[in-house]
Amino acid sequence: MEEATLNNEILNKLTEKFGEKVTGVSEPYGLLTFVTTKDVIVNVLSYLKDDLKFNFLTDITAVHYPEKEDGIAIVYHLNNMVERVRIRIKVFISEQNPTIPTATTVWKGANWMERETYDFFGVKFEGHPDLRRILNMDDLGVHPMLKQYPLEDPNRVDKKDEFFGR
Amino acid sequence: MNHNHPVFTDNDPQSELVTLNLGPTHPATHGVFQNVLQLDGERIVSGVSTIGYIHRAFEKIAEHRPFYQITPLTDRLNYCSSPINNMGWHMTVEKLLNIKLPKRVDYLRVIVMELSRIADHIICNTIIGQDTGATTTFLYLFQFREHIYEIFEEVCGARLTTNIGRIGGFERDFNDVAFAKINKFLKEFPKALKEFEALLNRNRIFIDRTAGVAEVTKEKALEYSWTGPLLRATGVDYDVRVSDPYSSYQDFDFEVPVGTSGDIYDRYLVRNEEMWQSLRIIEQAMEKLKTEEKGIFHADVPEFYLPPKQEVYNNMEALIYHFKIVMGEIDAPKAEVYHAVEGGNGELGFYLINDGGRTPYRLHFRRPSFINYQMFAPMSEGMLLSDAIINMSSMNIIAGELDA
Repeated sequence: MEEATLNNEILNKLTEKFGEKVTGVSEPYGLLTFVTTKDVIVNVLSYLKDDLKFNFLTDITAVHYPEKEDGIAIVYHLNNMVERVRIRIKVFISEQNPTIPTATTVWKGANWMERETYDFFGVKFEGHPDLRRILNMDDLGVHPMLKQYPLEDPNRVDKKDEFFGR
Repeated sequence: MNHNHPVFTDNDPQSELVTLNLGPTHPATHGVFQNVLQLDGERIVSGVSTIGYIHRAFEKIAEHRPFYQITPLTDRLNYCSSPINNMGWHMTVEKLLNIKLPKRVDYLRVIVMELSRIADHIICNTIIGQDTGATTTFLYLFQFREHIYEIFEEVCGARLTTNIGRIGGFERDFNDVAFAKINKFLKEFPKALKEFEALLNRNRIFIDRTAGVAEVTKEKALEYSWTGPLLRATGVDYDVRVSDPYSSYQDFDFEVPVGTSGDIYDRYLVRNEEMWQSLRIIEQAMEKLKTEEKGIFHADVPEFYLPPKQEVYNNMEALIYHFKIVMGEIDAPKAEVYHAVEGGNGELGFYLINDGGRTPYRLHFRRPSFINYQMFAPMSEGMLLSDAIINMSSMNIIAGELDA
């Protein structure tokens, strides 16, 4: 219950500051989640860091939704260590032009997290000091976590969902 | 220096600097780490880390496996404390499925997790000793890691990559031998740990090599998203066990040790004190188990908990549930969940998105080694090469967790 009021408070402050840029609010398992856009993401992150005391960047990653119009979601997890609140921010960007401003200007630790996201999803973080592949080899040529790249032999039939009523 | 090329292009014949390729297989790095360093004498001028040598695409593989088959993947992240990873994954799925475990299972899990934390810290701290020239400490305390693995063996049959437990609890109850071994460990380990501390804590050579080396401020550690003993050594009392208690950690009385300067000596002391606190937690858990009803080792959730094999062969319901679980046909809510546990090296997070399919839509591991390690090259600048080596040992970077 305490968590819910805290989340509401944070959300009110965010909507007051960013208005319509804060959408898609939900609270799965008590974790405040909202969607914003890439033109304000750095402002949102700095506002959360400096004014709402979300001092800790837990993680940056991405998710690919091939059927959506803006098919790549960049997901930020932040943590307010003092009040023990976590928050999740999502930004949907287009697959054809996957660019987003870098968060390394807010946290230096975002560097490798963004490199990993670039490596696996091809997201170009604008203004990143050193954006190159990190875990895969440099000449891999693809960004392997995108859904169009199958893990296994696509001719295998024993794992196809349609045989399981889906 | 041009960061776009990991190998230095400075071929100036007048240059006094030496380029040294430290790794990927170098005996001093205890794992597959490559650092290309530029040296001025013994002092590091700049360095570039190259990682990914044992990348195994776990996040991609996880998208093609039902939940229970992902546990063995988590073993291979931080393989020095696999049970913590296993439990963290089980708890993520349990959070998704809203499964509440009986207290006894929570306490059994706490015992296993704290034992693996001790095993993890034994490795790190003895290796700091080893790298500063004290082989005795390494050989002496390392046998207790062996005793911990014997306990794991008794519980789950495996030692290093444990695959311990199931979603919903344990695969079987702890037997009497396991409890006897835990009690024996609780009796013998404090003595050895005390001797270990006596060998190093006030050892002049050890202090000279570690105190004041690789100091990190709180602000810098938070800026780089450090967690775990490394962050606590700088003076921030962040511990997931306390800030977001899971598995009934709120029932236990323990302290979170913090350091002041974040140097290698502080990291060593923090880890040592954490071992003492882990012992305290295990003792309390053993005490609490006495008041819990015996024989409960999993939650009563037949639709999610893999049934024992005998029942699968003799009981229709068990067979149906077994089939559904193995084929990934369980009813899981379409939701996303983030769950973090305090691993040996820091906050180990699981970000799971379930879309109702047979496998996770997306699973991301927040791996503390990966995030902690990115400061290694920048902080090595200006450091002596031999200090950088023990700095790496004290960061306890595990290649499996680094590269996933």
